[in-house]
Amino acid sequence: MASLLSRFCRKLALPGSAHGSRMTSTTACGSETVKSLNLYSAINQALHIALETDPRSYVFGEDVGFGGVFRCTTGLAERFGKNRVFNTPLCEQGIVGFGIGLAAMGNRAVVEIQVADYIYPAFDQIVNEAAKFRYRSGNQFNCGGLTIRAPYGAVGHGGHYHSQSPEAFFCHVPGIKVVIPRSPREAKGLLLSSIRDPNPVVFFEPKWLYRQAVEEVPEHDYMIPLSQAEIIREGSDITLVGWGAQLTVMEQACLDAEKEGISCELIDLKTLLPWDKETVEASVKKTGRLLISHEAPITGGFGAEISATILERCFLKLEAPVSRVCGLDTPFPLVFEPFYMPTKNKASSSSSLSSPSKTHIF
Amino acid sequence: MALSRLSLRSTTFLKPSSLRRHVSTDTTPITIETAAPFTSHQCDPPSRSVETSSAEILSFFRDMARMRRMEIAADSLYKSKLIRGFCHLYDGQEALAVGMEAAITKKDAIITSYRDHCTFLGRGGELVDAFSELMGRMRGCSNGKGGSMHFYKKDACFYGGHGIVGAQIPLGCGLAFAQKYSKEENVSFVLYGDGAANQGQLFEALNIAALWDLPAILVCENNHYGMGTATWRSAKSPAYFKRGDYVPGLKVDGMDVLAVKQACKFAKEHALKNGPIILEMDTYRYHGHSMSDPGSTYRTRDEVSGVRQVRDPIERVRKLLLSHDIATEKELKDMEKEVRKEVDDAVAQAKESPVPEASELFTNMYVKDCGVESFGADRKELKVTLA
Repeated sequence: MASLLSRFCRKLALPGSAHGSRMTSTTACGSETVKSLNLYSAINQALHIALETDPRSYVFGEDVGFGGVFRCTTGLAERFGKNRVFNTPLCEQGIVGFGIGLAAMGNRAVVEIQVADYIYPAFDQIVNEAAKFRYRSGNQFNCGGLTIRAPYGAVGHGGHYHSQSPEAFFCHVPGIKVVIPRSPREAKGLLLSSIRDPNPVVFFEPKWLYRQAVEEVPEHDYMIPLSQAEIIREGSDITLVGWGAQLTVMEQACLDAEKEGISCELIDLKTLLPWDKETVEASVKKTGRLLISHEAPITGGFGAEISATILERCFLKLEAPVSRVCGLDTPFPLVFEPFYMPTKNKASSSSSLSSPSKTHIF
Repeated sequence: MALSRLSLRSTTFLKPSSLRRHVSTDTTPITIETAAPFTSHQCDPPSRSVETSSAEILSFFRDMARMRRMEIAADSLYKSKLIRGFCHLYDGQEALAVGMEAAITKKDAIITSYRDHCTFLGRGGELVDAFSELMGRMRGCSNGKGGSMHFYKKDACFYGGHGIVGAQIPLGCGLAFAQKYSKEENVSFVLYGDGAANQGQLFEALNIAALWDLPAILVCENNHYGMGTATWRSAKSPAYFKRGDYVPGLKVDGMDVLAVKQACKFAKEHALKNGPIILEMDTYRYHGHSMSDPGSTYRTRDEVSGVRQVRDPIERVRKLLLSHDIATEKELKDMEKEVRKEVDDAVAQAKESPVPEASELFTNMYVKDCGVESFGADRKELKVTLA
């Protein structure tokens, strides 16, 4: 399938604004120096800047010392020393708990969970400790300086435990923020915002894009605001909402739909918790249709929250039920990955995208 | 017996076949000392004298050679992209799988993490099932749905095959709990690595196992590197056999198959009487952590080749067989050739096995005919009742 080929075989150079879409970040450019970077290099730059600008910030996790298994922490230990960038033993619960403690003392702890599939031993710490610290202490204490970074998502051969998208679990926890970048430029700005945000943030990085996505990234220190969705492609017939690596798939579906004369508006949510309801609402009120797509299984996925909220807010403007094109309700499979994934063909053939001119009566 | 031994010693390599014993079936007990003593914690170590037989030592050689060959074949299959995903190889650690099997029965349970190909073979798994599973084919031991990290064998009480390190430890203690109820005098061997030894759930499981006297034997396969992190960098106390504190422990030379056998035998007896015990197996893996790890960025090639020269488990058994005149060099080489052919045939057979049907994506989620429905995109494209 063409979508599979483009996913796994080619280096993905994100299309620029000439194509009428803004997959590349729209951070104000001006005349600052930019460099062509992939995702892990952009994240690496963000971490360098974060550690440089705040002497009380620390980066730790499994294997981060030598640069990390995805190269995101390259050069940090050499530059900032082993007291600020260090390896931990194999214990996610310990890593996050430790980070909460450091953050509670006013430091910035940028903690790495090697792969999002391993985050569950730390789930208790995140949900019961990090999310509720400020609340239960009546604002005496907080762990806002905590940022948890974790690579998530399918990678082509990851199987059950190197491909999961666990964002939905964390979106259900008031007290933390969940942020997912779509591209290198976005990642650098969003990561710096997340690290400096005075609330604990879980930052999921699409691991498939670590090497595949290449973009011009400004070299200076810049931040992209959290909880602000971005319309990366304007349209009038249908709104598509997604985040992370799935946006590139949805972009392909939009291009295909364009050939059929369907004008698609594509929104990158960026921050899932708290999410920018206003932008999505305004878009759906304009188009009357909504399609949400994510890799995580459909039942209970974050698409359900978006769907329910938009239904509440845009009921009278909707011309069709909200579509969700998501992963199947199975564990992330090994050999069956191509069947599981929400590909552009699935998006294209969903009822919302394939025939928006017909009025559906359900 | 003594006379025939004399006659063997008097002739060197050219023995007329009529005079030779049928060594592969000789089960006369012989006693061999382990190369190194056991170090113990909170218990008396077992004796260094291991009871074995020529037949058994020969079977060790064959089984370890088969495991070694399988892992090397898996390496080349991975490089030719017939195996995708993850592949964690066990070569160097064969003595552990083989020695353990020699001390226990197929009713004792074994559970381990992802480096499980050889453990599967030790439990009686077929080479063709292993290769099929690695290549994601239907003939595989998990029907092609698990892959390298998830081998299982129910009829041999092999509970797999786990991707999340440390998660199998409380599970294994749970198995021991069930065994205690059944009163059938079986034990559970719960294997984990030096990296996983730092997981909190290990200590939780140890506490419960000790509190309730469960027949659980926790085996730390200490190959000195958790992925790329050496034990001294991740553990305050790399003496994993002592980490149980109130739980007794034994440190074993994991490259010596006889020592492993002795330790496991001792541990089984101990666990049935006194509850949990920790065995720390000092072992080594030649390959990197997985096929995407060259294994040379965190350890020197000299270190790896040093271990291969001095401590290789198969070579040690070969020397034992030769020095005790149990077999000749030629016989051993022939055995290795047979094993190689076995493995090659199994690979060829596995390659013939088809990939699972697409409908298999939805099977075995819940119990069969549970009736749960699953939908694809838009709740229209696909509607399946999960089997």
